[in-house]
Amino acid sequence: MYSEKVMDHFSNPRNVGEIENADGIGEVGNPKCGDIMKMYLKIDSGIITDVKFKTFGCGAAIATSSMATELIKGKSIEEALKVTNKAVLEALDGLPPVKIHCSVLAEQAIKAALADYYIKKGIDPTPIVGEYSKDCHGACSCEK
Amino acid sequence: MKQTIYMDNAATTPVKSEVLNEMLPMFKDNFGNPSTIYKTGKTAREKVEIARNHVANALGAEKNEIFFTSCGTESDNWAIKGVALEGLKNGKNHIITSKIEHHAVLHTTEFLEKHGFEVTYLNVDENGLINPEDVKNAITDKTCLVSIMYANNEIGTIQPIEKIGKICREKHVIFHTDAVQAVGHIPIDVKAQNIDLLSLSAHKFGGPKGTGALFIKKGVKITNFMHGGAQESKKRAGTENTAGIVGLGKAIEIACTDINIKSGKLAKKRDKLIHELLKISHSRLNGDPIKRLPGNVNISFEGIEGESLLLFLDMAGICASSGSACTSGSLDPSHVLLAIGLPHEIAHGSLRLSLSEENTDEEIDYVIEQVKKIVEKLRSMSPLWEKIIKKS
Repeated sequence: MYSEKVMDHFSNPRNVGEIENADGIGEVGNPKCGDIMKMYLKIDSGIITDVKFKTFGCGAAIATSSMATELIKGKSIEEALKVTNKAVLEALDGLPPVKIHCSVLAEQAIKAALADYYIKKGIDPTPIVGEYSKDCHGACSCEK
Repeated sequence: MKQTIYMDNAATTPVKSEVLNEMLPMFKDNFGNPSTIYKTGKTAREKVEIARNHVANALGAEKNEIFFTSCGTESDNWAIKGVALEGLKNGKNHIITSKIEHHAVLHTTEFLEKHGFEVTYLNVDENGLINPEDVKNAITDKTCLVSIMYANNEIGTIQPIEKIGKICREKHVIFHTDAVQAVGHIPIDVKAQNIDLLSLSAHKFGGPKGTGALFIKKGVKITNFMHGGAQESKKRAGTENTAGIVGLGKAIEIACTDINIKSGKLAKKRDKLIHELLKISHSRLNGDPIKRLPGNVNISFEGIEGESLLLFLDMAGICASSGSACTSGSLDPSHVLLAIGLPHEIAHGSLRLSLSEENTDEEIDYVIEQVKKIVEKLRSMSPLWEKIIKKS
């Protein structure tokens, strides 16, 4: 059901953990739906120098979190904001249809962490980060 | 440690060697159609009738009350739709069932609701038990059928079948029980328990997939489900799955021999597993601790999600199951776990291990060790677990 890459990132997730005094922390998802992603960023001169994550969720949720951190590590904020759920999906060689929302959640986690970074600096994140949802966009029954 | 540890016997079981040995000649030497008059057909007929005897003996039923079907789901569909259609002839359009039934029952009653039936879905208590008084109170003069599962497939809770049967008998309402998880695992007596219809499936107790049976008490009016030839006393058309039926017969004979001794032994293994796994903090047993299938273990671990746990168990060579949404193809957790009052986030983190007598003590020790390790690992990376720890 999962690709080899998904299984690799699930069984050996990269960048698991927390960052003390992180410059940006984003948490998305809902325990009712069975997935929460929390992403920690260290940002230096507009570059994401370190990233860590913690995830409660299924195999796909853990794998997409891991892949998302890999895709933004060492990148500029501008580049990180361009990482879409499709990019995460492609990097993982796809996901089963019912799990696509996990990749969306990973994209939201990046955005939420960057938004927090700007808020901490006293800057309105909306014009830079754009609109993003912290919930699961109707993928499950929690919003019904 | 052997390579694979199979603890998903509630999903299906391997066919026992003795069962397979009985089945094989049915594909070659005894391949004949049981409805024919020459030797290979006559032999096939004899074998099918021997199997029918075994099923009748296992249930305390008469031989002519056993009808072979293609699976447990077909038996449930036939029982419910067949009785419902008969009920309609007398203006009875009300069915009583429970919220924790298998989908073979729930989706069938939902189908009937679309066709004018009214269905009462009884609640269960926190252990998954139905209160027989609730059944009594729900019965009206429009009720044609009560369908309550014998034992639950997810949490293993065994219902007070005899009491429910007695109420239905007194109220002259037909009583069906989906006993797919119970047959071959705990003793059943359809007469003593006032059961009118009972569904069973061969592959849950060492028989082959694709074969089931429906017990229909003599005198119970039921509309046919499969139309065609005159097989199964003109009640269930279709050439008999002779190999499957012979396999079912042998499997039920083996499973029901010394059933009390075997079930007692298995329950000891189950209780050890439950006892050890509950040592993990923030865990809870789902289902009744005592009125429970001898092989069923269902435990929720807070702060983790079930599919992740299953994937890591699979890597450790352990086959198990979960009530998490992610394993079901939908995104909602199990309706059974929600019905016993589990919050969504805890229902997502549930694990079902269903044992058989084949599981050794060493296997149980290994599973305990692995579950503990994996739960710890998943919790260490779970932001939900962080919150749970902070709260407590």
